Amino acid sequence: MSTFDNPFDPARRLRAGACSCGQHASQSEHEAGLQLRCDIPETEDKRYEGVVASAVMRAVFPKEVARRAFLKSVGASSALAALSQFFPIKTATEVFAQGAGKLEKTDLKVGFIPITCATPIIMADPLGFYKKQGLNVEVVKTAGWAVIRDKTINKEYDAAHMLAPMPIAISLGLGSQPIPYTVPAIENINGQGITLAMKHKDKRDPKDWKGFKLAIPFDYSMHNYLLRYYLAEHGIDPDTDVQLRSVPPPEMVANLRADNIDGFLAPDNICQRAIYDGVGFMHILSKEIWDGHPCCSFAASKEFITTSPNSFAALTRAIVDATAYASKAENRKSIAEAIAPAAYLNAPPVVLEQVLTGTYADGLGGIKTDAKRVDFDPFPWQSFAVWMMTQMQRWGQIKGDVDYKGVAEQIYLATDTAKVMKEMGLTPPTTSYKSFAVMGKTFDPEKPKEYLASFKIRKAT
Amino acid sequence: MIQSLRFRAAVVSIAIFLAFIGVWHLATRQTLSVGTMSPEYAKLMGLTATSGKSAMPGPLDVGAKLWEHLKRPFYDNGPNDKGLGIQLAYSIGRVGLGYLIAVIVAIPLGFLIGMSPLMNKALDPFIQVLKPISPLAWMPLALYTIKDSSLSAIFVIFICSVWPMLLNTAFGVAAVRKEWINVARTLEVGTFRRAFTVILPAAAPTILTGMRISIGIAWLVIVAAEMLVGGTGIGYFVWNEWNNLSITNVIIAILLIGIVGMLLDQILARFTRMVTFPE
Repeated sequence: MSTFDNPFDPARRLRAGACSCGQHASQSEHEAGLQLRCDIPETEDKRYEGVVASAVMRAVFPKEVARRAFLKSVGASSALAALSQFFPIKTATEVFAQGAGKLEKTDLKVGFIPITCATPIIMADPLGFYKKQGLNVEVVKTAGWAVIRDKTINKEYDAAHMLAPMPIAISLGLGSQPIPYTVPAIENINGQGITLAMKHKDKRDPKDWKGFKLAIPFDYSMHNYLLRYYLAEHGIDPDTDVQLRSVPPPEMVANLRADNIDGFLAPDNICQRAIYDGVGFMHILSKEIWDGHPCCSFAASKEFITTSPNSFAALTRAIVDATAYASKAENRKSIAEAIAPAAYLNAPPVVLEQVLTGTYADGLGGIKTDAKRVDFDPFPWQSFAVWMMTQMQRWGQIKGDVDYKGVAEQIYLATDTAKVMKEMGLTPPTTSYKSFAVMGKTFDPEKPKEYLASFKIRKAT
Repeated sequence: MIQSLRFRAAVVSIAIFLAFIGVWHLATRQTLSVGTMSPEYAKLMGLTATSGKSAMPGPLDVGAKLWEHLKRPFYDNGPNDKGLGIQLAYSIGRVGLGYLIAVIVAIPLGFLIGMSPLMNKALDPFIQVLKPISPLAWMPLALYTIKDSSLSAIFVIFICSVWPMLLNTAFGVAAVRKEWINVARTLEVGTFRRAFTVILPAAAPTILTGMRISIGIAWLVIVAAEMLVGGTGIGYFVWNEWNNLSITNVIIAILLIGIVGMLLDQILARFTRMVTFPE
């Protein structure tokens, strides 16, 4: 029995058991439940009120049978009215929304890189998601991934926007000394694309790409792994047949214009910016490689969590809230306007709108629509982390064996995030591992070793 | 004659400037022919793609944008968006602080090296190795040890501006004419008094030349350093506008960096003239 099924529902099943977790009526409903629901009740307050009222209702009628009888005789709304007679649900809701503990630190600094992946982190500032949690957050634009890593390690930032594999790399000590890092929330899913120079508009088959110079934003990025995966699936060895270069995103467009590179797999608004400026076209969205892949993450050091657990929880709530808001299509346009100014992304609003609404010019004269071009889902699936580690091994970034689950569970805080989400009245998935398909090939998080061994093209070890 | 030379030079300068602007204007006119596209598609595209506008802004675009900046140089929209005046003030402040620390370190140390042949020989290998290191190479080390990005930027300014001053001071002090020092000796002037009343005035032009070289280097480095650490300053402004691919703003920043650099150099040139003496 969870706090979050509705105790005001007189028809509620008294005994659960039809599915594996016991929360759902059937196994199919259970599976649907694994898909995170971000459709929150109309308002924030309503949601918290629901959570509080449910808890009170359970406290007053601990016996399910008695509660059911009571509800049946008076009806849910009058039951709620009766409860609020003697219990201050309104006040309790306010207290609850602020979180239980006192915030250790209210002035926080969060670093971000100006790309649309950072949307939840950025928009939480102008749209007031941080304030709602009693936090005074300063979001600071940062020059690059290495700088954001150093500034978080130096504790200039309390938390930061990082590429999803970066916290794993930092924790494992790849490219820096090992510092325990955590991912309480994924920023966005999908939201990348392969953009090629206009002169290649007839070379749409990756088999013709031998000798190409392609750019990626950072070595420890989903962009790198997805591009390598995509190339390898088409028989191109990313280490020998093409040249992959780490290039800061804004320079990608300039390099594409200057003909220094043939294309790139970049985070969005960069792809759309290349199209907007007429120098490239969208070959495919990264969504077509793996629908629902993680892209960027919201990361904090383990130290911040242990020294300021309540501030950390409040920050996570703000990000989860913002992500839920951003996941709704109808909010996207207003978000694009909120994050476009010079203080945030500093990009033309029409570019951001195309990225966020998913109706975009493809650079070849057509207009395409894909509402899920970028999407937002905060739950840090540990199976994502396992997949990333298999790719780190595949391309020689990790030498030797790795304790997949141990590392994933240390860094991707699925359990903690699920708890925060429950407290907020959202419905998190009940497991932290799920299998998914990348270009039609299924990944089973229980068998990472076999998965790794199944690839023909990989860096020789 | 001199008057007319100046006048002629000014005419040539203006002519070069106008020719430059003219060529720039012609070179960035829209020349590309553009295929037809549907209006809905055109709405989603930028001007470069729709009307064949050159990716490089023309002088008129830059002028208009510059005027916009000059109208409100000190606005402040939170930590990531400030007016150009504020950004320049941050950069000048950083340069000033790092430079001042360098002066405080380099001049006494330069005196020590210049006055003592022993220290000169002993410290020489260190200076020779440290001097040619690009200041930005210190950046990762500074970030790692100081653990504060704005202090790191100041440290980088310090480390790059200390060497020319140190070497010039040491050289100036060592090159003071022997006769003057001997005269001071015969008059039984103490070491400190000798340093301040004989050597300092004699070495001042060389020292100030070193300081002038240093300020130039410091101003060169601050832009690069701020592009790396971000946050505030004119270097950050360049990076931020580059991120938006706004070449117009980058050109404006380049112009301002040049003007401020020139002013800093002129100030020290004036000081140098004040202490120069005829022999």
